[in-house]
Amino acid sequence: MRKTLTGLLAGIGLSLACSTSAFSQELTIFWAEWDPANYLQELVNQYEAETGVKVTVETTPWADFQTKTFTEFNAKGDAYDMVVGDSQWLGAGSTGGHYVDLTDFFKKHNLGEVMAPATVKSYAEYPGNSGKYWAIPLEGDAVGWSYRKDWFEDPKEKEAFKAKYGYELDVPKDWKALRDISEFFYRPDEKRYGIAIYTDNSYDAMAMGFENALFSYGGELGDYTTYKVDGIINSDKAVAALDAYKELYKFTPPGWAKTFFVENNQAITEGLAAMSMNYFAFFPSLLNEATNPHAKNTGFFANPPGPDGDQFAALGGQGISIVSYSKNQEEALKFLEWFIKDDTQKKWAELGGYTCSKAVLESAEFQNATPYNKAFYETMFKVKDFWAVPEYAELLQQLNQRLYPHIVGGEGSSKEVLDALAGDWKATFAKYGRGQ
Amino acid sequence: MATAVMTTLDQRTRAASRGMSDISIRNLFIIPTILFLIVFNIFPLLYSLYYSFTDFRASTNAPANFVGLQNYRELLNDPFIWSNFAITAQYVIVSVTGQVLVGFGVAMLLNRDIPFKGLITTLLLLPMMLSMAVVGLFWKLLYDPSWGVINYALGLGNFEWLANPKMALYAVAITDIWMWSPFVMLLSLAGLSAVPKHLYEAAAIDRAGSFYTFFRITLPLVAPILMIAIIFRTMEAFKTFDLAYILTSQPTTEVISIRLYKMAFQEWQTGRSCALAYIVLIMVIAITNIYVKYLNKVKER
Repeated sequence: MRKTLTGLLAGIGLSLACSTSAFSQELTIFWAEWDPANYLQELVNQYEAETGVKVTVETTPWADFQTKTFTEFNAKGDAYDMVVGDSQWLGAGSTGGHYVDLTDFFKKHNLGEVMAPATVKSYAEYPGNSGKYWAIPLEGDAVGWSYRKDWFEDPKEKEAFKAKYGYELDVPKDWKALRDISEFFYRPDEKRYGIAIYTDNSYDAMAMGFENALFSYGGELGDYTTYKVDGIINSDKAVAALDAYKELYKFTPPGWAKTFFVENNQAITEGLAAMSMNYFAFFPSLLNEATNPHAKNTGFFANPPGPDGDQFAALGGQGISIVSYSKNQEEALKFLEWFIKDDTQKKWAELGGYTCSKAVLESAEFQNATPYNKAFYETMFKVKDFWAVPEYAELLQQLNQRLYPHIVGGEGSSKEVLDALAGDWKATFAKYGRGQ
Repeated sequence: MATAVMTTLDQRTRAASRGMSDISIRNLFIIPTILFLIVFNIFPLLYSLYYSFTDFRASTNAPANFVGLQNYRELLNDPFIWSNFAITAQYVIVSVTGQVLVGFGVAMLLNRDIPFKGLITTLLLLPMMLSMAVVGLFWKLLYDPSWGVINYALGLGNFEWLANPKMALYAVAITDIWMWSPFVMLLSLAGLSAVPKHLYEAAAIDRAGSFYTFFRITLPLVAPILMIAIIFRTMEAFKTFDLAYILTSQPTTEVISIRLYKMAFQEWQTGRSCALAYIVLIMVIAITNIYVKYLNKVKER
């Protein structure tokens, strides 16, 4: 018995010794806990098979992804070699010295051409139009819409809708139609509701939701180069956009006051709402019959245009950056070289990742792979994002403080709210000595 | 020098019989404790006091600039911060009052001979043994207007507990009352069982009414221990975070610690959040002092 035990221990010791020498090279990528991170782990397993370098994708729930990453950065920790960071972090990551400058790498591989232009601008470059790059676009994402095809195609509903609004019930052609259809399907007595939108104010959910209205109404958050906000975020177009977003809240299911991607997918899976706003990254589970009983009857569309025909969507998605405190920067660069290859990008898309590679996005194969890939492709060429300056979190907080009581609580007018927000933002930019 | 002041160890104690001298006890237990306190409590406290006078941001490499009282001035002039304090005060009053009423009431009911008293008491203690996060998550489900069991049981239809800005804070307070009333109950029960029975007998002989008995005998004798429960609950309620953070994201439930967390770890305004933490600390100390003064007065009686 004792002999067996000794043998066993010796065996464990030997295998440990061997394994450490075999995987002397390891890389750790940090990301949030969601399906795309699992797809990425599958992808990088192939890298290990090809090169012997073990890559681990470490994850943490979305709610504390930002906090955990920056705590590690602030401590100059080398736990992660690469991080798939949110687009808003570019300012803090680059000016704080946490990200490795990838400009040379970017130019060497001509990534400005290889990746979709919007993704390069939003996930990689900081400051805007500076030609300095800090990340490689990894997961493209934007806000789109899912809807209940069976409700929309029901002949009785179609007839009733046409009688009431004077046009055909179909996928909304503009924001006015979005509003009408929401109102039409809002039937609390039948436990059916019009629409599900983002309202959570603890991070960027409500900002992303409002941006869909703002950008499509032709409004802007401000001038990204001069940091002028007064007269832009409180312009007439922005006020009309806020009115429109606030009005949609009337047609949401009850208790829709702290909602983000989980709740908005539930609105479809629970059969609560006719239409639901969400990031494309969360659509795969809506097609899965195990997670969505209405999978067969779920359709998708891109964020519709506003009254003047402008059509944009709020950007999600992330780029991958090398952490400047990592001891494996050389190896990380080699990994990125592998990651940007066309073959890898194609595999990435097949596994369920949203590639940013222009060639893959434009291929018919990609666009026909799922019911939402085409809407995704269309959207990725017209996306806009929130401020990416290091103090973006303060700007976000100010937006939440002003907009939330208005949208959910009905306080103040849209004009008053946006005037106040312009004042907050102006003061914040002044505090950090930006523009104006 | 310090050894000269020390008294010798009593020869009968166990430590002495093991041959431990005063000095070795000091070296083994007192010094590590003090060092631990200095490193993990005193030093960070003073360090953050220094930061509260700077514009330091932990997320950047920029050096911290001394800005004097600017952080304090701006915080105390910020109407949003004052509304956070007002919300916190409202929350503390509602939740602590509720806990004392419910906790003390249940203790009164339990303070008699009933069958299965021990079992009932243990079951009633269960809520406070749960994790705050778990309580928050399942009360969020209970409150849900579409499938929550609370609206179903009370027949409230689609009443929005958490989405209604005016109701949300009360909903959080109700959860807190559910969770922490057992704590008040436990302390009250200890106090109640210590009230001498002969006082009640004397009151009964004098034909004192039940109200009179309660206000003249029960309450004054339980008051000191009830005050301790109130002090603990007030301090806890003042710095409450988990329940409010998990249950809702209404601005009307943004208590001061949630604002502090956002400022420190989402916006990374390290200097300013240190200043806010100090303002909160001073307030908690002040409130606790008032209670302690009152507690001493009650004890003197």
